[in-house]
Amino acid sequence: MGWYNKRLAKSLWVFHVSASPCNNCDIEILDLITPRYDVERFGIKLVGSVRHADVLLLTGIINQKVAPKVTHIYEQAPKPVYVVAVGACPASGCCFKESYNRTPVPEDVIPIDMYIPGCPPKPEAMIAGVAKLMEVLNA
Amino acid sequence: MSIAAAILYLLIFPGLLFTSVLGLLVGWVDRKVSARFQFRVGPPLFQNFNDFFKLLGKETIIVKDGIHSLFVAAPFVAFGTLVLISTMIGGALFFLQGFTGDLIVVMYLLMVYSVMVVLGGTSSGNVYASIGGGREIKLLLADELAFILVLLVPIIKAGYELQLGEIIAAQTAQGMFVGSVSGVIAFLIGLLCIQAKMTLPPFHIPEAETEIVEGPFMEYSGGPLAFWKLNHYMMWVIFPFLLVLLFWGGFHLSGLGILWAVLKYLLIVVLMIVIKNTNPRVRIDTALNFFWKYATPLAFIAIILAVLGV
Repeated sequence: MGWYNKRLAKSLWVFHVSASPCNNCDIEILDLITPRYDVERFGIKLVGSVRHADVLLLTGIINQKVAPKVTHIYEQAPKPVYVVAVGACPASGCCFKESYNRTPVPEDVIPIDMYIPGCPPKPEAMIAGVAKLMEVLNA
Repeated sequence: MSIAAAILYLLIFPGLLFTSVLGLLVGWVDRKVSARFQFRVGPPLFQNFNDFFKLLGKETIIVKDGIHSLFVAAPFVAFGTLVLISTMIGGALFFLQGFTGDLIVVMYLLMVYSVMVVLGGTSSGNVYASIGGGREIKLLLADELAFILVLLVPIIKAGYELQLGEIIAAQTAQGMFVGSVSGVIAFLIGLLCIQAKMTLPPFHIPEAETEIVEGPFMEYSGGPLAFWKLNHYMMWVIFPFLLVLLFWGGFHLSGLGILWAVLKYLLIVVLMIVIKNTNPRVRIDTALNFFWKYATPLAFIAIILAVLGV
């Protein structure tokens, strides 16, 4: 599997799952494909269909209404697939911590492999997070 | 030609292996040049190989509703079609081999590819994929007539020869066809038809990723998707080779001829990339308008000029 994982680390296709975010992280994610950061250098590209995805980027508190859909999207993705939770919301709830409709434990909905905290995290932090994922795959 | 030589042609040199490897490399040129157009850095050299092998190892999901056998068979039949086309075009280009009427066979096989895209997409049972399949048919209706008329121009100029090898021989005798008025018109329209046949911008209507997310390929994953991607990159070899063969006098692989061959090929590829990067997507009715109102009549004029010998 070592050879295959090295190929996988060099071409991570990302599908963006917005699970009730405030849209701030989503805008920062789009920064990653602009000329200044250009993650296509690492073979990362955003794909429109979840069937093509290797990484699910999850943003936002996963509220009760969107939770079943997030599970459904995870089941639709071809395995192996990695879930990266971007922002403070999936990690801690951020300012929506007390919200009545938030999912208290996001791992009940979708198995999360990595958290990138920040409100929103800087693009550099996101690239560092993805680089860590590549390190794990290359090991 | 013996059977062993034919199998060698099909599997190694102008066929499967050569076209796939060159296609994936030229696909990198496409991505890199497109990235430089947008002031980005772009992917590393072996990116497309990594993508292909990664997709081969992913899980293949077959959707519950829809026609399973057609869904799985379509990418592989399309791949086989492209291998056949590349063997015929490559055989004529590099070894001057062929049979009478092979140009017609190439025309039909190119249409088979589009039909496979439609069949594979619509058999997935997905609404967006069906819309993409429908748009692929409309685009095929739009560009097919102009494309066939464009192919007729070199046939007429070569003295009504239907063989790829004879067209090259005629150009060796009387100069490149692109040097004449009818040749220039036919070449330019051919370039645009190819843009539509490869569903590149501005004619990437069937797989418009911002509105119908990859269209026919939406439900594909794993191995079949890898082959669809490979098919797309193989067309980066087939169509420029066809244009070089029909209008730019083919390749003469000796001495400086090798350099000319590479330059001819890369020039057509770069022209396609420039068109791709400087045009936004057109609507389907705009594309039909363009091909039926402007491209097809112009191709007719090119044919009349070719018959008159201009």
